[in-house]
Amino acid sequence: MNKASRKHIIELLDKGIRLDGRKPDQYREVSVEFDVTRSAEGSARVKIGDTEMITGVKMELFEPYPDTPDQGSLMVGAEFSPMASPEFESGPPGIESIELSRVIDRGIRESQAIDLKKLCLKKGELCWMVVIDMAPINAAGNLFDAGALSAIAAIKDTKLPGIKDDQVDYDNKTEDPLPVKKVALSVTVCKIGKHLIIDPLPEEEKVIDARLTVATDESGELCALQKGGEEPLSVEEIDKMVELGIEKGKELRAKLES
Amino acid sequence: MTYDKRLDGRKADETRPIEAKVGVVKNADGSAMFKIGSTVAYAAVYGPREMYPRFQQNPQKGVLRCNYNMMPFSGHGNRVRPGPNRRSKEIGMVTEKALLPVIDLSKFPNAVVDVFIELPQTDAGTRCAGICAASMALADAGIIMKDLVASVAVGSVDHSIIADLNYDEEAYEDGPVADIPVAILPNSGKVTLLQMDGELSREELKKSLELSKKVCKDIYEVQKKALKAKFEVESK
Amino acid sequence: MSELLVKEKQVTVPGEVLAEGMDYLPGNNTYREGEKIFSSKLGLASVDGRAIKLIPLSGKYLPKEGDTIIAEVIDILMSGWRVDTGSAYSAMLNMKEATSEFIQKGADLTKYYDFGDHIVCKITQVTSQMLIDVSMRGPGLRKLTGGRIIRANPNKVPRIIGKKGSMVSMIKDATGCRITVGQNGVIWLQGEDPNMELLAVKTMRKIESESHISGLTDRIKSFLEKETGKKISAKEGEKNDVR
Repeated sequence: MNKASRKHIIELLDKGIRLDGRKPDQYREVSVEFDVTRSAEGSARVKIGDTEMITGVKMELFEPYPDTPDQGSLMVGAEFSPMASPEFESGPPGIESIELSRVIDRGIRESQAIDLKKLCLKKGELCWMVVIDMAPINAAGNLFDAGALSAIAAIKDTKLPGIKDDQVDYDNKTEDPLPVKKVALSVTVCKIGKHLIIDPLPEEEKVIDARLTVATDESGELCALQKGGEEPLSVEEIDKMVELGIEKGKELRAKLES
Repeated sequence: MTYDKRLDGRKADETRPIEAKVGVVKNADGSAMFKIGSTVAYAAVYGPREMYPRFQQNPQKGVLRCNYNMMPFSGHGNRVRPGPNRRSKEIGMVTEKALLPVIDLSKFPNAVVDVFIELPQTDAGTRCAGICAASMALADAGIIMKDLVASVAVGSVDHSIIADLNYDEEAYEDGPVADIPVAILPNSGKVTLLQMDGELSREELKKSLELSKKVCKDIYEVQKKALKAKFEVESK
Repeated sequence: MSELLVKEKQVTVPGEVLAEGMDYLPGNNTYREGEKIFSSKLGLASVDGRAIKLIPLSGKYLPKEGDTIIAEVIDILMSGWRVDTGSAYSAMLNMKEATSEFIQKGADLTKYYDFGDHIVCKITQVTSQMLIDVSMRGPGLRKLTGGRIIRANPNKVPRIIGKKGSMVSMIKDATGCRITVGQNGVIWLQGEDPNMELLAVKTMRKIESESHISGLTDRIKSFLEKETGKKISAKEGEKNDVR
């Protein structure tokens, strides 16, 4: 929409610099804080620059689906509260928050980050459901990467609640963690003109041609992809974006170790 | 009177530990966080800005619109289903009424000031924490206000008058309980929010309100300090 | 016996008592009730003789007749453009006020100002219902091309501009950027050197967050000297509009 802003961003990128002085492949300051809300079984706060996201994990018991009687279940939701940005509106979840939660759901599910088989308590009768909810406090660009990082951090932070008469006993947390097998997270690479950048600012997000969210596990294997934006991408471009995604994924993963 | 020793060891007129911070949501025109015990409320203010839907505009003055929301993982126990419900809508409405008497939007016909209250973690007293945060956020947004608004729940547990009931006290089973969320204008001592549920005598109500006045004065000091602290931090 | 309860430049919050007694007079953003004068806004106390007023620290822009602002084109109508003023109210730029040339009826208005364009314009009228007209006819009023737009707290605009433009001149001199500051807090910057443009932005942000602390000009001067490695002469009170 804003041609002048796009032109300026591209002119800067031609000189190898971003609006805020960063290099094209540089994240803003990233921080991860664990156990930020007592009422969740696991939680984390991720800040990437001015973007701030809280994610909480609630554990519920349910009767497993007949086709997978020995598996727990996973549910990922995101609610973009109008608190976090003047551009978010009240009302039912918009397509942006639905896309975000689905992409992060796939990253966690397809990497088998959580061993769902180990969440079965009684085959065909009782299993754990892991419910992950993401809530942006301040949305200032790159909610995808902030969301994925906070989700995996919250999963790692989770301690199972106790069980009493086949009901969840929320008041008595155990020391048992979730069966985490893989650490999946995502890096979103954006294309503006002929340039590739990561961790876009809101001004940059508004003028990108295309984006590719690259979810990887710790071995560098891909576990989910999502292309967005209105312009097509060439196979060569996709390859470069994936390469950048894998490389930067390692950098983000290091933020979880502390 | 058997409830003379509180479950968490507090004195009758003692609140849970309070923390407050202003400027917690960078995108907002004004924002604040208010924490009392395990209850945490964020409030963000946007506006005055253009009002949509248009039919809700008031050509004579700006409109205050408050939205209260518990995050899905913020509940005591089960996950809270996302989205508005009857409870959150009512709380949004009483929050509006608690704040309206102090704010002046006469210079902003047809516009709206939106207040969004979000709770990432709750125990008891969420609407009061929300009102405290909202009033700080409104001041931070530069809205013309006669006063801040301080809010706390008072009540009686087994005929003892106490301040800032926590979840366990609200659920006390060995005697009658009354929970009274109150909002007070610190300067005039007038009441802008009053709700009650439980069992309470007229005399106990009077005592409770007296107590709320005293406690709200203390909360007001915390709010004031937090607002001023924002500018002390920036000066470093 | 009247008593002043705040110091000059003290941060006050709504409802705070500023003075007691009838010898003091309530100024902007304060009100009297009985013997006391109260604050009605988050602001800095300022005492001028017997009058106490508050300089606001925050708050959205409120359009005023005569203000020069930077606005963004958000809609194109039959007879002109609708522009966002950075306040709760958009403004109307009529065809007749848009350029010095005559615009034919039915002409493609995007040729003059397109969606998303930023313009420097003057507010010519504000009605009681906040219907606003702007004009492009006047010196310095123009469409902005290139560069970047940043949004600052409109209450800090006088400090960003400085006395007779001294502050913004100093930033222009030090960074070599072209800068236009709108009264609505919208600022346009353009620099040949991206690092200098960034420095200009950083300097604006510094002024925004530190303007209530005394010694601002000196602090900004030494900040710019340190960042650029150049000696800067602050010409306070002098007209120094280089570009």
